Amino acid sequence: MRDLLSVDDLDRAAIDDLLDLGDDFVEVLGRDVPKVPALRGKTVGLMFYEPSTRTRLSFDRAAKALSADVLTFTPGGSSVSKGESLKDTALTLKAMGPHLMVVRHKATGAPWRVRDWTGLPVVNAGDGAHQHPTQALLDLLTLRRHFGKVDGLRVAIVGDIRHSRVARSLAGSLHTMGASVTLVAPSTLLPIDVDSWEVDSAAGIDEVLGEVDVVYLLRIQTERGGGEVFPSVAEYVSRFGLTRRRADQLPADTVVMHPGPMNRGVEIDPQVADGPRALVTDQVSNGIAVRMAVLFRLLTSEVPE
Amino acid sequence: MRYLITGGSVLTGAGIHQLDVEIIDGSVSRLEPGIQQDGHEVTEAAGKWVGPGFFDLHTHLREPGQEWKEDIASGMAAAIAGGYTTVVAMPNTDPVIDAGHLARQIARTEPIRVIPSGAISLGQQGRQLAHLDDLWAAGVRIFTDDGHTVADAGLLRRAMEYIAQLGGLVAQHAEDPGLCRDGHMHEGSVSSRLGITGLPSAGEEVIIARDLRLVELTGCRYHIQHVSTAGSVELVRSAKRAGLPVTAEVTPHHLMLDHREVESMDPVFKMYPPLRSPDDVAALREALRDGTIDAVATDHAPHAAFEKDVTFEEAPRGVVGLETAGSIVHAAVGLDQAAFFERMAIAPAAVLDKSSGPIAIGTTDVIVFDPGAEWAYERPRSKSANSPWLGQTLRGAVTEVFTRSGLVSAIEEGVQ
Repeated sequence: MRDLLSVDDLDRAAIDDLLDLGDDFVEVLGRDVPKVPALRGKTVGLMFYEPSTRTRLSFDRAAKALSADVLTFTPGGSSVSKGESLKDTALTLKAMGPHLMVVRHKATGAPWRVRDWTGLPVVNAGDGAHQHPTQALLDLLTLRRHFGKVDGLRVAIVGDIRHSRVARSLAGSLHTMGASVTLVAPSTLLPIDVDSWEVDSAAGIDEVLGEVDVVYLLRIQTERGGGEVFPSVAEYVSRFGLTRRRADQLPADTVVMHPGPMNRGVEIDPQVADGPRALVTDQVSNGIAVRMAVLFRLLTSEVPE
Repeated sequence: MRYLITGGSVLTGAGIHQLDVEIIDGSVSRLEPGIQQDGHEVTEAAGKWVGPGFFDLHTHLREPGQEWKEDIASGMAAAIAGGYTTVVAMPNTDPVIDAGHLARQIARTEPIRVIPSGAISLGQQGRQLAHLDDLWAAGVRIFTDDGHTVADAGLLRRAMEYIAQLGGLVAQHAEDPGLCRDGHMHEGSVSSRLGITGLPSAGEEVIIARDLRLVELTGCRYHIQHVSTAGSVELVRSAKRAGLPVTAEVTPHHLMLDHREVESMDPVFKMYPPLRSPDDVAALREALRDGTIDAVATDHAPHAAFEKDVTFEEAPRGVVGLETAGSIVHAAVGLDQAAFFERMAIAPAAVLDKSSGPIAIGTTDVIVFDPGAEWAYERPRSKSANSPWLGQTLRGAVTEVFTRSGLVSAIEEGVQ
């Protein structure tokens, strides 16, 4: 493995390997001194073209827990505001000597372009509405640690799937791992040509409550109060929100996940978000471990020491 | 200069015949077998097709205002390399060609013809009419806001009424702004996987369907630019059956490629209308064969390398096409010689009432096309190289181009 750009590049064995390694790093992160020297002397470049707190911090923490150095680039106050192109920025950052680049960008395919321009290994930390493979891996790790396996799990993904890189990565990798996926959203937020995805779909959350192991909620953009893609936030909640009443109807073992940041009271009830079913904080901590696994695999297979 | 094209398969008014063609002072002076060589510059054309120069209804020459992409001189050089002896320059330059003095600056007659088109609306802003009378007086006969769609049906109706009275042609780039907002590629299974917002086929078809009603209302001649969907083909077919004054064009890239190319996320495959589904490609080929679509038009849209060296969504739209159109259409559709020149030269000229036709005494624009020749597309004459076929070996080559100016191009050793 040279890059991690899309979950489509990972077969079941490759995912299992990264999750096994992720388990090892969960153990490392639980030690008194949560740090190993595995990547001492390596430098990880972080190019984050979109506002991102948790993903950038998570990669930063993962790199440092492996004793790598970190070069961080964010566009605020940089040459990007002076019109510098993505290519020039990538080449500038490359000239500072990183061994690998982590790229987050609003446009589909940006990490592929950075790989082609720089020749460096690249980890996709989210490109447009396309892919976010480390998010999918951290979700798989969280599921595997909770249920002991992913194969056979029934997962409902609820929310703005059409514009979600999380949904694309997660649905694809869950399929690879043998889980079944149901997409739950208003038709304006389901993927175009949903029949070409290897999933089922449902027109309301009530249809799936009794028969899922995992309810995976996506953030709903409420900045404009819906309006363009659904009539109002209240109407969205009435058909798709995970309210307390609905959470009470879930089977006892069903868990609730969310990639964050959450809109409490919109896609998820505040008490459900803090309740015993919620694995949200596990997702965050497993995210560091799985990113350590990815960085370790990419940076140690390249130059054996 | 005296030229002689010998032994070629010549498209004449009486069909295809093996004849020699003598060209003196820029026009055909004799057309018969076995012309005696007498100081001629001779082109051996055995096994090659001789026919009228290609006519492009849709070329972006980028002058004035964007000369780093292309200018009239480099665009004409690219046209000649591809066998084009007439190109229609689109008006979306900077400034927009919305008045007569601007159109006059673009027109050329040597070594090939450049025919300016004019905007329908001032500045292509879609709000008020361009200087239509002034453009008409400058010789403009085709009006379009190409690159943009005249979305306001009321404005388009008035433009059609006005232009119909002048005797001109309205050409539409059909893309509904609401349906296509934020779109970058064909809406379908590939856009769904890539998470890229799409332009649905319906975004083209609703504009064409609406405009055809306006053609009925106004009687204006209407030309549909770069038709790209099977549904659009059906609309054109039924409009022609109903006797409406409608013509249509298709690009070489829409005849050859489909949206699966975009899986590479390579900006060279970004253009509007976008590459559609394989079913659409099949429908376009069939429509070109049966004449539902009148003409091949390149939509030659040069962009500099640095402009395309970005992400797919950030890249400008368009591909160049002048230098490769003959090869690509020949490979994609497989027309016989008569149909090939009909769709590349004669029918597109007829859309604009320009003279073209089989080779006859007095014909000025003659090209030689070798359907079996392979050539490497490696050194574009255009200033830009944003082509899916750059660096590839293509089959079917324009080997000679004769215009009023004489022999203006000859292929060199399999490389153009």
